[in-house]
Amino acid sequence: MRPILMKGHERPLTFLKYNREGDLLFSCAKDHTPTVWFADDGQRLGTYRGHNGAVWCCDVSRDSTRLITGSADQTVKLWDVQTGTQLYSFNFNSPARSVDFSIGDKLVVITTDPFMGNPSTIQVKSIAPHPSDLLTIKGPQGRINRAVWGPLNKTIISAGEDSVIRIWDSETGELLKESDKESGHQKTISSLCMSADKSHFLTGSGDKSAKLWDSRSLTLLKTYVMDRPVNACAISPLLDHVVIGGGQEAVNVTMTDRRAGKFEAKFYHKILQEEIGGVKGHFGPINALAFNPDGRSFSSGGEDGNVRLHHFDPEYFSIRM
Amino acid sequence: MAAIDSMRPQAAKLRWGELDEDDGGDLDFLLPPRVVEGPDENGIKKTIEYRFDDDGNKVKVTTTTRVRKLGKARVSKKARERRNWAKFGDALQEDLGSRLTMVSTEEILLERPRAPGTKEEPTISDGLGGVQPGAVLMVCRTCGKKGDHWTSKCPYKDLAQPTETFVDRPSTADGPSAAPSAGKSTSYVPPSLRGGAERTGTEMSRRRNDENSVRVTNLSEDTREPDLLELFRTFGPVSRVYVAIDQKTGMSRGFGFVNFVHREDAERAINKLNGYGYDNLILRVEWATPRPN
Repeated sequence: MRPILMKGHERPLTFLKYNREGDLLFSCAKDHTPTVWFADDGQRLGTYRGHNGAVWCCDVSRDSTRLITGSADQTVKLWDVQTGTQLYSFNFNSPARSVDFSIGDKLVVITTDPFMGNPSTIQVKSIAPHPSDLLTIKGPQGRINRAVWGPLNKTIISAGEDSVIRIWDSETGELLKESDKESGHQKTISSLCMSADKSHFLTGSGDKSAKLWDSRSLTLLKTYVMDRPVNACAISPLLDHVVIGGGQEAVNVTMTDRRAGKFEAKFYHKILQEEIGGVKGHFGPINALAFNPDGRSFSSGGEDGNVRLHHFDPEYFSIRM
Repeated sequence: MAAIDSMRPQAAKLRWGELDEDDGGDLDFLLPPRVVEGPDENGIKKTIEYRFDDDGNKVKVTTTTRVRKLGKARVSKKARERRNWAKFGDALQEDLGSRLTMVSTEEILLERPRAPGTKEEPTISDGLGGVQPGAVLMVCRTCGKKGDHWTSKCPYKDLAQPTETFVDRPSTADGPSAAPSAGKSTSYVPPSLRGGAERTGTEMSRRRNDENSVRVTNLSEDTREPDLLELFRTFGPVSRVYVAIDQKTGMSRGFGFVNFVHREDAERAINKLNGYGYDNLILRVEWATPRPN
């Protein structure tokens, strides 16, 4: 395939998100400016100006009219997708790390980092009819890297630096389930991706593995092993594939020529857990991965500031294991 | 006659002496119109535009793009509408020349993991696989890959260059190759000679090369490394050349060393070039170390 390189960001990428129809790609980076691109040819549509810190995460509403972004400048901002105007800003006492729209786009779950004595929190806010606070959950130690809505908005699933996945009741904030310490991840969980129907999700961790879990029972389903710490993961909506992208052990940093384009996103068969292949090209660790909802293309964002958009060759769809 | 005259386009002959200095911007009608040569069978589309640059010169800008159909997409109505949205934010200042989004020139494959025991696919021997017929052949000296990029654009720019380099380093006999550890510990010690430096690797490759070292004497005053390299490379790959230069005058001291990668090439060079007339002097070319067996 001929990847399309999008060099709009000057700093490392942090997150990538497609809209529901798969024609827009939103990219967040440490350079304060989330950007939206056309997902078919990679042309830039626009940027959202207003943040003063690294933008960690974003989510887009189902009708692609609202974008929400969480940033290290201690705000979460709501934007109009088409014009780039900022509609609302939630303020916090600490950097906001993860944002996720609920099904129906009326609520949003936000996580904030531990900062200056404040512990990390998971907060639920409502967007419509008007912005208001609903719930605050405190409890996990360390940074919560990602929190998403569970199936039917009944639960919130969170994962973070303490390598434990927790499922909370979204109305009362009560802790319902925790992942098992032995079989779960051993190091910080860097990323979490729900399947298209939210029945299972994939977590990537610094312990060089990614694990697939059931959303309701939190049973460990599959484990995929890499040779490097995992920074990003994604589940294909079309085939039984998962893709994981990682970084590099700190020990090896000085020995690798980062210009060689050797960092790859690895594809695994979701059920057989076997490696299908790797797609090279990034000049730095891969920090973000996302599949287009139609499953025919995917994009990766790296520490090098580049977004690479890949449309699969026809051979991809006939891979047999 | 009259009919033909009236059909001539509006750009009548202007007397430039009558033009105002400030009229620069209004001269757009002098420019030929933009021509778009649509995608041909290879998908190449050429857009020829004319404009005036800062000095008032008429500039022809030819943009060649390749239009490639990636595949059919079933696009929803909303998505089609979004295609026509106006650009906002930083994208407002974008012009056609901005190279934010580019299609990679390299073909990237989903590389299947090789099961242990299977052989690697043999690479196309002439290294030209993938180059379109008729395209400019781009050769990169660093990685040797043809058809992809020029040397200055090589992504492997800083990696170890292949053996054909002229590095100004003394080979063995002459020069400050003696360990500078004798006496002054405060003077600068190059990393290769410091304690704990990786000796064995460099020594082994250097030793093998030093057995192929050729001493060249009776060099003229302005002979330098590039000259020796050019003279000797016809016999085979050269790993190192050195010309002893008098620091004060900058002239060659009359001798130098050439290290060949292969012994046979060194031997042939000695046989051919000993007694060869080079720049008004007769060269003397011999083995550098006492004849190694």
